[in-house]
Amino acid sequence: MLYTNLHHVMTAADHQKLINENENVMICCGRMGPMCIPVYGIMEDLEDEYKHVKFADMEFDNPEAYVIRDVPEVRGFMGIPFTMYYRNGKLVKATSSIQSPAQVRAILDREFATADVK
Amino acid sequence: MTESTHFDVIVIGGGPAGLTAGIYLSRARLNTLIVSDGVPGGQMILTHEIANYPGVESISGYQLSNIMKKQAKNFGCTIKANTTIVDMNLEGPVKEFSLSDGKKYTSDAVILTPGGRSRTLNVPGEAPFKGRGISYCATCDGDFFTGKEIVVVGGGNSALEEAVSLTKYATKVTIVHQFDHFQAFEYAVEEARANDRIHFIMESAITRFNGDDKLESVEIKNLKTGETEDFRTDGVFIFIGYVPNTEFLKGKIGMNQWNEIVVDSDMASNLPGVYAAGDSIVKRYRQVTTAVGDATIAALAASNYLHQLKTKQLHESLTH
Ligand SMILES: Cc1cc2nc3c(=O)[nH]c(=O)nc-3n(C[C@H](O)[C@H](O)[C@H](O)COP(=O)(O)OP(=O)(O)OC[C@H]3O[C@@H](n4cnc5c(N)ncnc54)[C@H](O)[C@@H]3O)c2cc1C
Repeated sequence: MLYTNLHHVMTAADHQKLINENENVMICCGRMGPMCIPVYGIMEDLEDEYKHVKFADMEFDNPEAYVIRDVPEVRGFMGIPFTMYYRNGKLVKATSSIQSPAQVRAILDREFATADVK
Repeated sequence: MTESTHFDVIVIGGGPAGLTAGIYLSRARLNTLIVSDGVPGGQMILTHEIANYPGVESISGYQLSNIMKKQAKNFGCTIKANTTIVDMNLEGPVKEFSLSDGKKYTSDAVILTPGGRSRTLNVPGEAPFKGRGISYCATCDGDFFTGKEIVVVGGGNSALEEAVSLTKYATKVTIVHQFDHFQAFEYAVEEARANDRIHFIMESAITRFNGDDKLESVEIKNLKTGETEDFRTDGVFIFIGYVPNTEFLKGKIGMNQWNEIVVDSDMASNLPGVYAAGDSIVKRYRQVTTAVGDATIAALAASNYLHQLKTKQLHESLTH
């Protein structure tokens, strides 16, 4: 398990349930390494501000993480973490490797725009 | 709009230096804010195992970061992570900061601990292929290159050591280095030379990254002849040293030609009440222990500065 304060996705079924039951979902799929930890940290910090987004993580080496590792949108990705953004159960954006807070915010604001969020 | 929150000391940077300053200052009951544009821990997060921090036999950088953060918080230090500085004024007795949270903060003293980061090549294609063939972390991404051919850029200890570790995955590792000799220790050079999966292209540099969805080749320029070649590769790992994170301080504080902050033996900068510590100052040996040591001095010197400031203010209020 990843030792973060985020919601942990453990199985493919969990993953399906999470993206079906929440309108906006961001899942960071990685390990406890230097490229991944900063992204989990950014997500933990943004949780309070982006209440309309469900934040979660999933362990890259969990066999069930095929739901992230094997989708066509990540073909060509060669850097962890794979960070996935789902809207209404559909993958709308995926990034490879470390991201800055500004990069994450830009994607959240664009993909999960709501009327009442700046 | 002009409303601001006042702290005794504001620390910029949340690596080991910044967290140490936070521990000392808060413990001395000084109201302290640490502002860091990344997660607390700084470059320690990049280290899978730290085995040379006295008193702890072996610990992951992530764990050591969390303990330091907890220590600072337990003494009452406020930490704002993933927050950047939009504007600041370090001159004058009251230091002013506008942060990316939209708020303004002031303080009587400042400790700068912005540390450093991996140097990037800054050539076309580097940003788009990050995570799509370009990596800065062998332990993170090495296994994506199992059975593939890769390039390692650099000639220091990390480049050579990581090249050797990457031969666990890659069938061929080509080291591209700009000089005709290495800066690494002899043992690291020997180990790399003895590995038959490792090849060398010396006095050369990557000048462009090419590919579609993912990296397919790099342009390598021979720095002696000026000739370029298109070199097919599945991945490139870049280990070309570190630069201080002091761009935001340009023109605001005394620095040397390498943009390292100049301090005296009390870690004081050229501005009254502004101190600096850790990897971003002028120094030769950059380690967690030295960062923690500098920051202890900076915090104690800043405490002393504040004490004198308050005594002076009290004296003035009594005599006027
Ligand atoms: C791969 C690797 C392995 C290492 N292994 C070891 C080891 O085994 N033992 C050892 O002792 N040392 C090791 N080091 C060195 C050690 O990590 C550094 O010397 C130490 O982290 C420096 O501490 P610092 O606090 O000065 O800076 P940093 O750790 O760089 O922290 C600086 C912090 O400031 C933040 N920051 C930067 N600019 C700003 C800004 N403008 N505003 C707000 N915040 C800002 C950064 O986000 C960062 O969080 C290693 C370094 C690396 C890269």
